[in-house]
Amino acid sequence: MTIKQQIFSLLVSICVFMFTIDLVRKKRVREEYSLLWLATSLTMIILIFKYEWLVGLTSLIGAVLPTTTLFLGSILFLLILSVQFSIKISKLTDQVKDLVQENALLRYEFEKSRNKPEERCDDKGKNPEP
Amino acid sequence: MADTLVLIPAFNEADGIATVIDSIHKAVPDADILVVNDGSRDETASRAKAAGAVVLNHAFNMGYGVTIQTGYKYAYAHGYEYLAQIDGDGQHDPAFIAELLAPVKNGDVDFAIGSRFLWFDSYRPSFTRRLGILFFRKLVTVIIGRSITDPTSGFQAFNRSVMKFFSTDIFPCDYPDADMLITLNLAGFRIRELPVRMFANVSGKTMHSGIKPLYYMFKMCLSILVTLLRNRQFYRRQM
Repeated sequence: MTIKQQIFSLLVSICVFMFTIDLVRKKRVREEYSLLWLATSLTMIILIFKYEWLVGLTSLIGAVLPTTTLFLGSILFLLILSVQFSIKISKLTDQVKDLVQENALLRYEFEKSRNKPEERCDDKGKNPEP
Repeated sequence: MADTLVLIPAFNEADGIATVIDSIHKAVPDADILVVNDGSRDETASRAKAAGAVVLNHAFNMGYGVTIQTGYKYAYAHGYEYLAQIDGDGQHDPAFIAELLAPVKNGDVDFAIGSRFLWFDSYRPSFTRRLGILFFRKLVTVIIGRSITDPTSGFQAFNRSVMKFFSTDIFPCDYPDADMLITLNLAGFRIRELPVRMFANVSGKTMHSGIKPLYYMFKMCLSILVTLLRNRQFYRRQM
């Protein structure tokens, strides 16, 4: 890996890392969703300094060039991210469903109980006690 | 309070909902009627209320499956013993509610489903719809080992045990049809199909328009597959 490549990769990784930390700091991303981004950027930083690890990993998976390993890693990262979002969206959909149903049932009970005292007042108005 | 609840899921059914409720009142005068309004933008809720039904309102449109499950949860929470379900568009003839309820009330079955194909003068669905129904009819019949001619029918009646079962997360809220029947069978509920009269949909509204039939086929096949892959114990735990 040339020094130019190292500097560029390091800058990108540090930017991703800092940007993610900043999003968590501003409460725009929850900690649980930052985990994958932080782990990926940290792995990138480690691999920049331990290039031989990347070469070793490349031979382990049978790839020819270390860049192939990096691309594979990126695709895997995006895949895991998408699966994580699909799981979360499914859970949120179920929660929204439960909330809408609860809301409908409670709204009915609320309106029923709210109408009851009015009915009693009306009755009193119609039949005033002597 | 009656021991039977008639559930009508409704979405933008203002034109016909009062007529449907009146017909149900005449057909089963002892039953309470519940309309679950699935975020309609018209006067469905007010007209249903004026016609004498209890009305639950979804804050926004959630789809047919979620709507009927809201009704099941209401029925179970309010102690109803039996529930009959009928569409709000007037396609199902309310005169058959009592016939669907009869074997459930006798304790012969837990779940009765109405079939348009067993009644001589029910309407015939479109060719593509018939193809879909035929496919799922064969599939369900093979899997549960009993003939079911109309697995997509929403005209049903069942008892409190099924109500409880359907109120859990096991209920397939995304188009509950053939997979629901297979789930019920796996859970050990007794199912029976009965002839009912169904009319053609005069409003022209359908849940299956655009690319939805394709998604429906995919979803239903996947749902049936995962239903079969689950352990029978999984369904027992939900009861």
